[in-house]
Amino acid sequence: MTELRGIYTLWLREVKRYIRDRARIVSSFVQPLLWLVIFGGGLRFSASALQLGNLTYEQYIFPGIVGQTLLFTSMFMGISVIWDREFGFLKEIMVAPISHFSVFIGKMLGDSTDAVIQGILVFALGALLGPTLGIALDPTIFLEALPIMILITFGLVSVGLTVASFIESLESFGVIQSFINLPLFFLSGAIIPLRGNVPSWLQIASSFDPLTYGVDALRTIVGGNAWQPLHPLYFNLLIICIFDIVMIIIGTLAFSRRK
Amino acid sequence: MKLLENAIETNELTRRFNDLVAVDKLNISVEQGEVFGLLGPNGAGKTTTISMLCTILKPTSGSARVNGFDIVKQDTQVRKSIGIVFQDPSIDDRLTGKENLYMHANLYGVPPGEQKPRIDRVLKLVELETRADDLLRTYSGGMRRRLEIARGLIHYPKVLFLDEPTIGLDPQTREHIWSYLEDLRKAHEITMILTTHYMEEADRLSDRIAIMDYGKIVASDTPAKLKDTLEGDVITIKTKEAAKLSSVIAGTPSVLKIDAVDEGLDLTVRGGKALLPRIVETAAKNGIFVESVSLREPNLADVFLHYTGREIRAEGGDELHGLSAIRRRRIK
Repeated sequence: MTELRGIYTLWLREVKRYIRDRARIVSSFVQPLLWLVIFGGGLRFSASALQLGNLTYEQYIFPGIVGQTLLFTSMFMGISVIWDREFGFLKEIMVAPISHFSVFIGKMLGDSTDAVIQGILVFALGALLGPTLGIALDPTIFLEALPIMILITFGLVSVGLTVASFIESLESFGVIQSFINLPLFFLSGAIIPLRGNVPSWLQIASSFDPLTYGVDALRTIVGGNAWQPLHPLYFNLLIICIFDIVMIIIGTLAFSRRK
Repeated sequence: MKLLENAIETNELTRRFNDLVAVDKLNISVEQGEVFGLLGPNGAGKTTTISMLCTILKPTSGSARVNGFDIVKQDTQVRKSIGIVFQDPSIDDRLTGKENLYMHANLYGVPPGEQKPRIDRVLKLVELETRADDLLRTYSGGMRRRLEIARGLIHYPKVLFLDEPTIGLDPQTREHIWSYLEDLRKAHEITMILTTHYMEEADRLSDRIAIMDYGKIVASDTPAKLKDTLEGDVITIKTKEAAKLSSVIAGTPSVLKIDAVDEGLDLTVRGGKALLPRIVETAAKNGIFVESVSLREPNLADVFLHYTGREIRAEGGDELHGLSAIRRRRIK
């Protein structure tokens, strides 16, 4: 009970901090908008050589941009660990009489909530621009996509928190973050399909990227019959769940270290 | 045989930071219900000691038990039984004062029904009721400190660690906090470990004081006994007939030393309060006119200087510079 209350408290803190940060919420619209409108619109006619199934390029990248938003936001959330350490608050949490597992879960759930809200905002943006970009979204699609977004976010946030717990300064976290973000983003098939005549080493590398399975699952939901998935939905979800569990264990261990 | 287990017991507790031995084979024991003051200059190892006892830092060697639990093997049990007021800020400035307190109450398992009365009470104590719903970032430094102290008192821990609890606070607030700590201890028999630079704070609150320097305890006793070890009070007598007075009182058993100073004498004596009227009487009987007298009893600052041989510095020690000083305080 104490542990649950501790988890809830830590979750609430992260969410409150996020909701009070208006600038971050507003600015979260900008990047996906640029990708969808400029990148998507610009590549629209040159994308015919890509293996998009029966999707237009905008339809193809929309689930990818949702995945990208989840990835970038999740990784960015790691910064909260570094802030907390810098401002001393981490001490208050770490000496509290709840287990390091609960500390990690509380923080992970809180940061995941923030990241998923960002993902939902991108979905809303997609629905808003849908008619213009030719993306068909309805509430059913959203409700089916939401659990997938949540699942993939758990693992990604755990990666961000784990990495941050090993890093001392905000500056080096920024560098490390892009080292992780960009390969995971490009290899996930979010904006380029990694199948067909793509070199096989790239396809193999892509299969090691957890986001590949998340984006494929999202595309299966959003694209419907027009998309020929890489893997069956259940397989994608299974891989994501395994990724989540492994990352939560690693993250808890990383949080339990003390010097 | 002791009836109660000691609240704190360390055995050759040692912590190194690379070449620096911050805490060197420390052996202290603190009884339950005792207020134990850890006094020392900056960089003496006080905070490092407390960090180890609070399970934030692992000892390099040696061991310690807090409330009977091993600080390395049973860290969760240790954390359940203690409360800490950190030296450095450790509050969330994006939350309000009240939110910080509720969060703490929840993290420490204070029953939901008891949270509101306890939080209202501590807020009143540190006089932050009217600001309780403001974001922490709008608080001044002193207000933040007060809130942290309030926070450390919400759950009633068996052992409360106070690392420089009233540093940077104004005299009124310090007075409030001291009397609250005294009340709290009387009502709940809480053991307190206090580190401080303020002699008056250590003197007023502590049952026993350990003076720490270079990672070691150099002296440890009750404040009164520590002061006694300095061998006596100083009586300063202003008179024009210093030489005559000196010959009259020489040989009095409790006068340890007579120094001639400008316009009078400095006497180092035992039991200054009782001796002072006798000396004035003796002077009068011998027709010596005494212009003024003053008595100074040794204070903890004298004791401190006696053992550490340097002035206590209230802020910014020079033993550790910049990053290494920060690093020591941080959790990794």
